[in-house]
Amino acid sequence: MSVEALTLTLVVITFLIYIYIGWRSKVKDTSNFFVAGNEIPAVANGAAIAADWMSAASFISMAGLISFLGYDGTIYLMGWTGGYVLLALLLAPYLRKFGRYTVPDFIGDRYYSNAARAVAAVATIFISLTYVAGQMRGVGIVFSRYLQVDIVIGVLIGMAIVAFFAVLGGMKGITWTQVIQYSILIVAFIIPAAAISLKLTGNPIPQLSLTFSDIAQKLSILQVELGMTEYLAPFTDLSAINVFCVTLALMIGTAGLPHVIIRFYTVKSVRAARWSAGWALLFIALLYTTAPAIGVFAKYNLITSLNDTPIEQAESYNWASKWEETGLLQLDDANGDGVLTFTNGADNEVVIDPDIIVLSTPEVANLAPIVIALVAAGGLAAALSTASGLLLAMSSAVSHDLYYRIFRPDADEKQRLKVGRLMIFLAVMIAGYFGINPPGFVGEVVAFAFGLAAASLFPAILLGIFDKRMNREGAIWGITTGLAFTVVMIALMRSVPVFGTEAPIIESFFGINAQGIGVIGALINFIVSFIVSRRTPAPPEEIQQMVEDIRVPRVSEK
Amino acid sequence: MVNEHLDLSQKQREYWKRNTRIICTLLIIWASVSLVAAIILAIPFSQVQFFGIPLSFWFAQQGSILTFLVLIFYYAKKMDKLDEEYDVQEVILTEEEGESK
Repeated sequence: MSVEALTLTLVVITFLIYIYIGWRSKVKDTSNFFVAGNEIPAVANGAAIAADWMSAASFISMAGLISFLGYDGTIYLMGWTGGYVLLALLLAPYLRKFGRYTVPDFIGDRYYSNAARAVAAVATIFISLTYVAGQMRGVGIVFSRYLQVDIVIGVLIGMAIVAFFAVLGGMKGITWTQVIQYSILIVAFIIPAAAISLKLTGNPIPQLSLTFSDIAQKLSILQVELGMTEYLAPFTDLSAINVFCVTLALMIGTAGLPHVIIRFYTVKSVRAARWSAGWALLFIALLYTTAPAIGVFAKYNLITSLNDTPIEQAESYNWASKWEETGLLQLDDANGDGVLTFTNGADNEVVIDPDIIVLSTPEVANLAPIVIALVAAGGLAAALSTASGLLLAMSSAVSHDLYYRIFRPDADEKQRLKVGRLMIFLAVMIAGYFGINPPGFVGEVVAFAFGLAAASLFPAILLGIFDKRMNREGAIWGITTGLAFTVVMIALMRSVPVFGTEAPIIESFFGINAQGIGVIGALINFIVSFIVSRRTPAPPEEIQQMVEDIRVPRVSEK
Repeated sequence: MVNEHLDLSQKQREYWKRNTRIICTLLIIWASVSLVAAIILAIPFSQVQFFGIPLSFWFAQQGSILTFLVLIFYYAKKMDKLDEEYDVQEVILTEEEGESK
């Protein structure tokens, strides 16, 4: 069977599985729809969080990004895993004890204010929306690359699948589909990594061969010889202050992302919430410790097979000609000496797109076509699982927080479920629209998502649990100032794509770039909240009692 | 009755104090392996070799993630014990553990 036929078969099989699970998990009440009836086991929730978390970008692009940043690629590795420690220790157990449906639920109740609830709901919608557009685009790209299907049709197929199991099964359908999607994506990621690791170092475990072999050293030396930055040396691509701030901003932002937080509401108990954070990070770490190894191996392999190679020989590799067609790889013997030169200077003759690091590995390592098909299915699983989690976060913010808690507190169970389904359907349509017509600054909005989560939701939730004296005034002022500062700073620094100016209005904030500015936003939020809360009346007695209650696992007997 | 209530809240306060102390300790380790070992001390630690790669690089791209993992599982385990010691574990009527399906 050809690679295309194999890929198509595998993709169809996985989609049928998702549809089957969605059908099996159809739900009839809001508790099942929003939080899967609080009955997801800890390990399954861990896998679902991992699938929720690891997007098309983690799967396809991250290893490539790291291989181009070298040491400084740690911003993504530590930034996107360190947040789970904050979640597990500071937020997850207490939010589970609080035991409602959404993040705005907690903020609205804890700060006895519908204004705070509305702000949190809008932040949730904005954060999730910026994120989901990229996922739908990812689905379309995988379809077009592997199956030569038009991107628009790819996005439409993805929308149909997500809409089916999310509308029918809500959180329950999404969770069990995500468990399967995690399994597919991790197998698809590990097999090529193990193969290239075995080929280059004789050890199939990528993490071990990265640490114990000399391949990273060799790559580092090779890069210096070719005029690129020293791979193993810190701060060659980003300044130290930026590596620090971006890492911390991504950590805090991760802990504040609503679609991740709501997953902790789905487990049975406080205890299960703590354990599921561990399982989640274990499943995530499998990919996140493999990615830097693939980055090193694939880059070393690409440089050694292309640099100083006669162009005819390079073009005779079947992977080279295939990826040249897609434009991800460009080979051009500019000086006409018949040999390719790979450098950082003007005489460079090899241009590679970071995405090729993961995508080309199965072919470079000479793996069977079924593995290539598996990588396509894995990329789709990663994009679809993240999209479905985000869609639920968005729709619950609208249907539960805005519609039910603020506008129609008298709505009955049936109406609420109907609005929930309707909203998720609407969210799929909006996400699909942005997938087909991506706003020009898709890449930029991810900085917004993490910055906003770090500057608004994370401090408000944290203080709500650990500072009993924190009150409505403090929280609202804190969120508003943190949010305003972050939005203005990112917009000014990214004014080229956002406002269409010729140069950024400001380059950086005391050396901190747009990705790292969320740290300062969070700091402002903390400081303002603290000062305002101490100058305004303490929260009412029953709120203080509620804080006492969420701090212990046992339900207090009234 | 009043006395019993007082005892309960005192017990809860003590539980909370021990919990926050564990959290602080673990967060100090969290920051040391990531922000300190891989960023603040990146330059000096890159002179130290850890098998095939510099120590700071290992922390930056492998060690910190592995430590995060240990921290979360340690906390879950430790809190299971603390819940029991202060008798504040939740009572789940349908099934005794949160783990099994």
